[in-house]
Amino acid sequence: MAADYGYVGVFLIVGVLFVILNVEVLSRLLRPKRPTPEKLTTYECGEEPIGGSWIRFHVRYYLYALVYIVFAVEVIFLYPWAVIFKDFIKEGLGALAFLEMLVFIIILLLGFIYAWRKGALEWV
Amino acid sequence: MIEQLVQRLYTLSATWDIPPLVVQLLLMVVVAVIIILFVSVSVMFLVWWERKISAHIQARFGPMRVGGWHGWAQSIADGIKLILKEDIVPQAADRIIFALAPMVVFATALTLYIIIPFGPGLIVKDLNIGVLFYISLSSLTVVGIVMAGWSSGNKYSALGALRSAAQVVSYEVPLVVSVLPVIMLAGSLRMTDIIAAQEKIWFIVPQVVAFLTFFTAALAETNRLPFDIPEAESELVAGFHVEYSGIRFAMFFMAEYANMFTVSAIAVTCFLGGWRGPALVPFLPEKFWAVFWFLTKTYFLIFVMIWLRWTLARLRVDQLMNLGWKVLLPIAFLNLGVTGVVMVLLG
Repeated sequence: MAADYGYVGVFLIVGVLFVILNVEVLSRLLRPKRPTPEKLTTYECGEEPIGGSWIRFHVRYYLYALVYIVFAVEVIFLYPWAVIFKDFIKEGLGALAFLEMLVFIIILLLGFIYAWRKGALEWV
Repeated sequence: MIEQLVQRLYTLSATWDIPPLVVQLLLMVVVAVIIILFVSVSVMFLVWWERKISAHIQARFGPMRVGGWHGWAQSIADGIKLILKEDIVPQAADRIIFALAPMVVFATALTLYIIIPFGPGLIVKDLNIGVLFYISLSSLTVVGIVMAGWSSGNKYSALGALRSAAQVVSYEVPLVVSVLPVIMLAGSLRMTDIIAAQEKIWFIVPQVVAFLTFFTAALAETNRLPFDIPEAESELVAGFHVEYSGIRFAMFFMAEYANMFTVSAIAVTCFLGGWRGPALVPFLPEKFWAVFWFLTKTYFLIFVMIWLRWTLARLRVDQLMNLGWKVLLPIAFLNLGVTGVVMVLLG
C-alpha cells in the first residue's frame, strides 16, 4: 500500500530535477549571459516602476478564501459518503444515508446563503 | 513481456547483491522519465495543433514552413529557441522563490499523470484514491502560480497571481462537487473501477449536467479562455509569468498544456467511458484500441477547449466569480441531490 505512494515521491523529485536540468544545466551551457541594468528592471510597459509590487490587496480575496474553506471541508466529508452510498442502497438504507447527508448539506447551504445575502460573493 | 523483463532484472540484482528496494526505485525513475517523454511530445503536438486550429478558425494557415509538411516541426524549433534565450531575473525579484515556482508547477503537473489510465494495465499506479488524488494535487498548481506572481516583483504578476488564486479556488468547488455523482454511481474512487462501472452506459448519459459543470470548471482551473482572467493580455500583459523568459517560461508553458491533457483525461475517464470503444479493424490487439480510443477522446476534448477559445469572449472578473459561485455551484449541488434521490428510488 505505502509502496503505491512511492511513485508520488519519485514523480515529484523527477519533475523538480527535470526543471533543474533544463534551466540550470542544459540551458545554462547554451544561452548567452549579457546583463545590462535596463534588462534587469521590472517590466511596466516601458515606464519607470513607481513603488513596490508587494502591495496590500483587497479584502474580497480573503472572503472568497473563507467561503472556499467551508466548502472544501464539506466536500472532504462528502467523498467517503459517496463511495459507500451504493452499499447503503443495497442494504436498503439508501433513504437514511441520503437524508443524513442532506441535513449536513442544508446546514452548509444555509451558511452559503448567508454569505451570499451579506454580499461576500460580490466582486466590488 | 515487460513483466518478464522486470522479473529478470530482480533476479539479476539478487545475484549482484543489490537490494530490491534500489531496483524498485530505479524502475520508478524509468517510468517517470517515460512519462516526461510522453508529456514533452504531447505538449509539442498540442502547441502545434492549437496554432493550426486557431489559424484555420480565423481563415489563416498558421505555421507552414518549419519542417515542410504544415509546419510540423514548429514546436521543436520554438523549444530550441527557448533553451537558447538569455535567462533574465529582474533585480526586484525574490530570486529563490522565483526559481522554485516553475518547479512546483511542473512537478505537480507531472505527478498527476500517475493516475491517468491510458489503457488496461497501462496506468502508472492505480491508486485507490484516484479522483481524490487528482483533486487534491491539482490545486497545488495555484501555490506555484502565487509564488511566481509574488516573487517577480511586478505589479502585473502580483495581480495575475491573486486573481488566479481566487479563480482556481472558486472553481475548485463546482469541479469537486460535479465529480461526486460519478463516484456515487461507481462506488469507488479508483480510476479503473470508474471505467469498469461504465460498461453498460457512459456516465455522460445520466450525468450530462455534471459533465457540463465539470468541463466548465475545468476550463477555469486550467486558465483557458473564456476564463483566462489571470493572464488577460489586454490588461495584465501576461499575468503571473510576465517576468519569466526563456526556458523558465517554457516550463510554465509545458505544465499548462500538460494540465490541459490531464483534465481532459480525467473527464474522459469519469464521463466518456475511459478507454472503451469498438475495435474498428479486427486483427489489431485489444490494448491498441484501448489506447487509441482513450487518446482520441482526450484530444477531442482538448479540441473543444481550443474551439471554445475562438467562440466565447473573455469574461469580466465579477462575471467569472458570479458564474462560479452563483450558477455552477448551485447546479452542481442540485444535480448531486437529484442523483441521490433517483438512486434511492431505483434501488
